[in-house]
Amino acid sequence: MAELPRNLAANPTLSRWIRVAGDGAVEVHVGKVELGQGILTALAQIAADELDVDPAHIRMVPAGPGGPDEGLTAGSLSVQDTGPALRLAAANVRSRFVAEAARRWAVDPAALSVAHGQITGPDTTIGYGHLAAHVDLDVPADPEVPVKDADKLAWTGRDVPRLDLPDKVLGRPRYITDLRLPGQLFGRVVRPPSPAARLVALDPAAPAGEGMTLVRDGSFLGVVGADEAAVVRAAEAVRAGATWHERDTLPDEDDLDTYLRAGPHESTVVVHDGAPVPAGHRRLSATYSRPFVAHASMAPSCAVALWHGPDRVEVWSHSQGVYPLGRAIAAALRLDQAAVRVRHAEGAGCYGHNAADDAAFDAVLLARAVPGRPVQLLWSRQDELSWAPFGSAMTADVTATLDAGGRLSSWQYDLFSQGHTARPGYAGTPGLLAATTLAEPAVYPAAVDPPAAAGHGSLRNALPGYDLPARRVTGHRLLATPIRSSAMRSLGAYLNVFAIESFLDEAALAAGRDPLDLRLDQLSDPRGRRVLETAAKAAGWGRPLPDGRGLGLGYARYKGRGAYCAVVAEVEAETEIRVRRLTVAVDVGRVVNPDGVRNQIEGGAVQSTSWTLLERVRFDRRRVTSVDWEAYPILRFSRTPEVAVTIVDGGGAPSVGAGEAAQGPTAGAIGNAVAAAVGVRVRDLPLTTEAVVAAIDRPAR
Amino acid sequence: MISFRLNGAPREVAAQPDTPLLYVLRNDFGLLGARFGCGMGLCGACVVHVEGVPVPSCDTPLWSVEGKTVVTVEGLGPGPHPVQRALLEEQAAQCGYCVTGVVMSAVALLDRQPHPDEATVVRELDRHLCRCGAQRRMVRAVLRAGGASG
Repeated sequence: MAELPRNLAANPTLSRWIRVAGDGAVEVHVGKVELGQGILTALAQIAADELDVDPAHIRMVPAGPGGPDEGLTAGSLSVQDTGPALRLAAANVRSRFVAEAARRWAVDPAALSVAHGQITGPDTTIGYGHLAAHVDLDVPADPEVPVKDADKLAWTGRDVPRLDLPDKVLGRPRYITDLRLPGQLFGRVVRPPSPAARLVALDPAAPAGEGMTLVRDGSFLGVVGADEAAVVRAAEAVRAGATWHERDTLPDEDDLDTYLRAGPHESTVVVHDGAPVPAGHRRLSATYSRPFVAHASMAPSCAVALWHGPDRVEVWSHSQGVYPLGRAIAAALRLDQAAVRVRHAEGAGCYGHNAADDAAFDAVLLARAVPGRPVQLLWSRQDELSWAPFGSAMTADVTATLDAGGRLSSWQYDLFSQGHTARPGYAGTPGLLAATTLAEPAVYPAAVDPPAAAGHGSLRNALPGYDLPARRVTGHRLLATPIRSSAMRSLGAYLNVFAIESFLDEAALAAGRDPLDLRLDQLSDPRGRRVLETAAKAAGWGRPLPDGRGLGLGYARYKGRGAYCAVVAEVEAETEIRVRRLTVAVDVGRVVNPDGVRNQIEGGAVQSTSWTLLERVRFDRRRVTSVDWEAYPILRFSRTPEVAVTIVDGGGAPSVGAGEAAQGPTAGAIGNAVAAAVGVRVRDLPLTTEAVVAAIDRPAR
Repeated sequence: MISFRLNGAPREVAAQPDTPLLYVLRNDFGLLGARFGCGMGLCGACVVHVEGVPVPSCDTPLWSVEGKTVVTVEGLGPGPHPVQRALLEEQAAQCGYCVTGVVMSAVALLDRQPHPDEATVVRELDRHLCRCGAQRRMVRAVLRAGGASG
C-alpha cells in the first residue's frame, strides 16, 4: 500500500486543500505562505497539472484556519514538501470529479478526459462547477490514486508569470499594511530603549491624547487610536514621558571573536572520522568570521488583531507559520488553542524569522484593550532594525593538511555561534518578544539550533561536500544570547560555506594548484561537478584579467541534500570592492518554474553580495545603534552585480528549493575573487574597504 | 484645510499640516500604492510625484503640497503604464514592496528623458532600496520601457 506524502498524511482531508465552487472556481489552500519568493505560483502550477485547469483560474487562498497545517514556510522546503502532497490531493480531486461524471454518463472513467476544468466524455462535456455540489471532498486522500508522469505535465517546467505581481506592481491593495477592516484602529508600541530596560515610571502628565487608548502591562507600552498619524505622535509623547531602568548587557562589537569563544557552549560533533592526521603533511590553519546581520526587509513588521469577547482573538500576520504562531499566542496568554485563529496576509520580503510573529503578539496585546475593534499594528523602521532577531555572528577555525600531491588529507573545523532559531515554540516557549516585558514577564532560554534531521542551524553546511579523509567537525553553540538571534536565510550555511570555500582557495594557493582543479579533484558527486564545471565555463574561468580584477569560485550543496550551486564572482578592487558579475550554475532537480528559480537564485546571490560587502549590525554595550538605512546600509542599484544563472538539468531528480542555495557559494566566490584581485586574504566579513586595507597591512602569517 | 490636486482632481483635507503626506494618501484618500518603509525618506518605497518630481511622501509634510499637484501610482492610469508593463514582462520583483516607488521614479525619468541609457537609469533608481535583489531586472525593465534594445 502506497503512503501519503508527509504533509498530506498530516492533513488528509481533500477539502482542506482544494475546493471547487458551483461556478467552477477552484480554490487551493496550502499551509505555505507567499514571502516574495513566488511559492504560490509554483504550487498553483503543480495543482493545475493534476487538476487539468489553468493556473490563472486557480485562486491560491492565504494560509489560515481551514487550510492544511504545514508548519513553517522555511528551509527551502515548500516545493519539496508541499509539492508532492498538493499533487496527490489534486489528482484525488480530479479523480473524484471524473468518477462522478462517469457515474452520470454510465461510462468507464478511463474513457473520459479533462482539459481546462471541463470533463469530456463520448457525447458531451461538463465543467467541474456543475458537478461540484455532488462531489464530496470531505474525504481522506487515497494514496493509490496515480499522479501524472513527469512528461505529461503541462505547467510544470514553464515560466508561468507570478500570480501576485500585477497587484504589487500596479499598486493595488495586497499587503497586510493595506488591510482596512471595518472599524479598524491603528496601533503603535513604545518599545524599551534597550533590550534589558524596564519601565520605572510613566509621566501621568504625558497622556496619549484625546481619543487614544494607552495600553500598559509591565514594561509593555502602546497606543491605539483611529488616526494613524496621531497615533504615531501620541506614541512619541508616551515615549518622552517614560522613565526606564537600563543595563549594559551586550558584548563588545569589536571583539565578537572573544565573545563567541568564551562560552559556556553546547558542543555538537557532526563527524569525527577518527583517522590520525598524517605525519609529514603540510598543515594550514585559518579563522573566518561574520558579524550579526539584520533581515532588513523593506517594510517594518505589521499585524492586525481583533478580539471577539474576552477569550477569542482573530489575527492577520505575515508570519512564516500561522499555526505555530497561533499556538504560541495561545500559550503566552493561556488561552485555548482553538481561541486563536491566525491567517496569513502578505508582507514585504521575508528572509527568515523576522519580527512578524512579535508584531502579531503586539497587535493581540493592543487590541485586547479595544475588544470588537480590529487594530493594525506597525513597527517602526528603528524597532525593526534593532528588535527583530538577527542572524548570529559566527567564527570558524579551520585546520587541514595537504599531502605531497596537493590534496587535502585531513580536515578539522570548529564553529562558534549563537543559536539560529528562536521561533515561536522554540525550546518549548512561545518565543514572542513582548511577553518578556509584561508585568509577569516570560524568561526565554537562549536561541537553539534545529536538529540534524532539519538540516542543522549553526552547523548547516559545516560538513564540506568534498571527499575529505580524517574529518572532525564540531559546533559550539553559546548558551546565552544577549543579542537576539534566530533563523535568517541559509542559517549557518552562509558563514560555513564562506569559510570552507575560502580555505579551499588558501589551500590551492599553498599547494600551487588551480582552485577549480583542487575542488574537482576532491568532489566525486557528479551533480556537484557539473554545476562547478558549468559555472566555470560560463564565466571564462582562467581567462586573463587586468590588474585589480579577479575571479573567484564558490560551491556548495545546500544542507548537503538540497540544491547544488556554484558561483563565479568577478570583482574589481579600486577605491571599494565592486562585484562586477556573478555567474551561477544551479541544479534544483525537477524545475517547476524556471524563471522562478532564476529569480530566487539572482535574489539570493544579490542579497549575499550585500551581506558580504556591507552588512554589520552595530551596537554599544547597551543597545543596537544601526537603526536606520544610513547606519545599516544595504546594497544599492549602483553596486548590484549582473547575475547570470544557468539551470543545470537535474536528470529527473526530485525538486528541491532554490531560495537559500546561492548565499554561501556567493560569499565564498566573492571572498576568493577579492583575494585574486588584491593578493591578500580577507577572512572577516564584511569585505569593506577598511577590512581589505587592514588585511593588506596585516603582517603575513 | 489644505488643498492640492491629487491624481488630476482638486482635493481638500483637514489633517494637521505637519502630517506626513503618506498617511494622508493612504488613510484619508485610500490610495494604498505608496508604501511605508522607513518614515525618514531613506528607502524610496513611498515615492510619489509632487509637481512631477519624485519625492518620498513619508517625510513630506502635508502643508508643503498646498496648491501643488500630487500624482501617485494610482494616478498613472488608465491601464498599466509602460514601465509597469515592462516590470511585469521582466518579472522584475520578488516581494514587490519597493516596486511602486521605483515605478514613480522611473516614470519621472522617462517623462524627462524618454530613452535613458543604463547608467542614467541606475543613477535615478539609486535612492531606492530593494532587499530581494531584483535591481538588475528593474533596470532592464526601465530600459525596455524606454525603448532601449538591451
